[in-house]
Amino acid sequence: MGRLILRRIVQLIPTLFGVVTLAFFMLALSPGDPARVMLGERASQARLDELRTQLGLDRPLIEQYGLYLSRVVQFDFGTSIKSGRAVTEEIADLFPATVELALAAMVFASFTGIVLGVLAARKKNSLLDTASMAAALIGVSMPVFWLALVMIMIFSVGLNLFPTGGRMNIRYYFTPITGFYLLDGFIVLLREGDPKYLMSALHHLVLPAVALGTIPLAIIARVTRSSMLEVLGQDYIKTAKSSGIPDFKITFVYALRNALLPVVTVIGIQFGLLLSGAILTETIFAWPGIGKWLYHAIEARDYPAVQGGIIVISTVFVLINLLVDLLYSVINPRIRLQ
Amino acid sequence: MAESVSATNELPSIPGDPSPFVRFWTSLRKNNSAMTGLGIIAVFAVVAVFAPALAPYDPLIQIIGDRLTPPLTDGYFLGTDDLGRDMLSRIMYGTRISMIIGVVSVSIGSLVGGLVGMLAGYFGGIFDRITMRIIDIMLAFPYILLTIVIVALLGASLVNAMIAIGISQIPRYARIMRGSVLAEKESDYVLAERSLGAKDGELMFSTILPNTLAPMSVQATLGIGEAILSSAALSFLGLGAQPPTPEWGLMIASSKEFVTSAWWVVTLPGVATLIAVLGFNLLGDGLRDVLDPRLQE
Repeated sequence: MGRLILRRIVQLIPTLFGVVTLAFFMLALSPGDPARVMLGERASQARLDELRTQLGLDRPLIEQYGLYLSRVVQFDFGTSIKSGRAVTEEIADLFPATVELALAAMVFASFTGIVLGVLAARKKNSLLDTASMAAALIGVSMPVFWLALVMIMIFSVGLNLFPTGGRMNIRYYFTPITGFYLLDGFIVLLREGDPKYLMSALHHLVLPAVALGTIPLAIIARVTRSSMLEVLGQDYIKTAKSSGIPDFKITFVYALRNALLPVVTVIGIQFGLLLSGAILTETIFAWPGIGKWLYHAIEARDYPAVQGGIIVISTVFVLINLLVDLLYSVINPRIRLQ
Repeated sequence: MAESVSATNELPSIPGDPSPFVRFWTSLRKNNSAMTGLGIIAVFAVVAVFAPALAPYDPLIQIIGDRLTPPLTDGYFLGTDDLGRDMLSRIMYGTRISMIIGVVSVSIGSLVGGLVGMLAGYFGGIFDRITMRIIDIMLAFPYILLTIVIVALLGASLVNAMIAIGISQIPRYARIMRGSVLAEKESDYVLAERSLGAKDGELMFSTILPNTLAPMSVQATLGIGEAILSSAALSFLGLGAQPPTPEWGLMIASSKEFVTSAWWVVTLPGVATLIAVLGFNLLGDGLRDVLDPRLQE
């Protein structure tokens, strides 16, 4: 097992190297001049040249690339043109917000999706089965940002149940501790006995998490259903049934355990995709995470920020996929040998 | 011997034996999911082609006095938007744009991806290893992120959005094609053609290609739905179609400020998108059931 993990991590290196290379050249070769973006349209030629020298843009491309590589290895993505802060620092500040949202969305999607899929498979072709599978098909066919808007329209504006955006009541003057607001709210609750931060964080999280989680939910429900149907048709389930083991136990203990294998894979892949899907949801819900930040960086042609953002998101995506692969071989010993 | 081997490729037609296409169509017709999807797509296709004849108004004409008219009022079946433009006509013209985007981007993705996959699978060796490495790196970027970055670099426009979506879809077609070619290339009928002196090009494009079309067409159908969603997302972010184009995603984006006042402006373009994508997903699922006998229960 240890050797397998090591081999997979070593295999990761060329992929990550490719990601960095592609991110660098896509931006370096794109039209537009970072120095011009920084100084504005009316900057003098002398100042432009000075800045280009300072940024190393006057050197040959291959040299710039070497320099960039050597910095990225030390987690240095340069300085954001827009804010003047280190890109690494900005990403570190914003990452907890995105991870919190993605995790909440995934918990919602996995739990609901698995329950729905199992119930649908137990009563195949019943009304519940048809209805939940139709809902799942609709779920994968709609634009996420539209769903988010409709949810804001119904639950925030119409019923006034949830706030329309943000992570915390702005009147609270809240200083984050870890950056994960739920966790921070919980820490404050333990320290000071005041639950209002925790409640506010939770209140703000519900709508974006449900909106972001809907598509993964639909996919997880569909995969769970088909995987359950396959397992429920196998001999050992028939044996269990004929031995008089309660139906409930057979479904949720014997069958679900084996049916979960493909579901775990899907959950992992969807989690990785959620991090990038956040670029849409975060923009709508004014969620101060990496997606919204990256969107504004693209808009402002903030090259170092865009490069850093792409590299970090893709790296996390690749790492999650690796984790899923490894997890899969832990759960299913049959494929471990390969 | 040689004659009987070559016969596996071109079966003599037996009277009463239906052609492969007829057989395919017969089983497709029995598939509810596929037929529903096909029906939806047919309706959208008709609307797309005949939009100028069907739409009651010019999609761009602004009647300021009638702005934000609710549906079913004053002769506006689906109401008007904030500039007094007829929603129904805009959605109808939007169908045109979405269908074109879907077909064009999937054509880019499947032609380039298919060609790469075919060459990589057929020739193998160093070309295979290099291209598959590049495909792996492309797959390391989350799909929507890759699309956004490409279009941001090319410049925001509808055409660039199609190119970006097409490029982002290349990896999946390349992989599927390569997989099918690898599976087919050692088959008896290919070896037979080769032993009869067929050239590489002939083997690739007239012997192997027809047998890879099943998985490719399933993926392409699902790909069109996904392309429509991606283009809506790009327009929503301001990176795709530009105002006043009646593109669905752009219509949703510009309705953001009316969530408090005019539900139809927010809801209807999304419903149109949803139904169109649903049509392609239903057809794709149905095609998969029909074309892949292994999945048939």
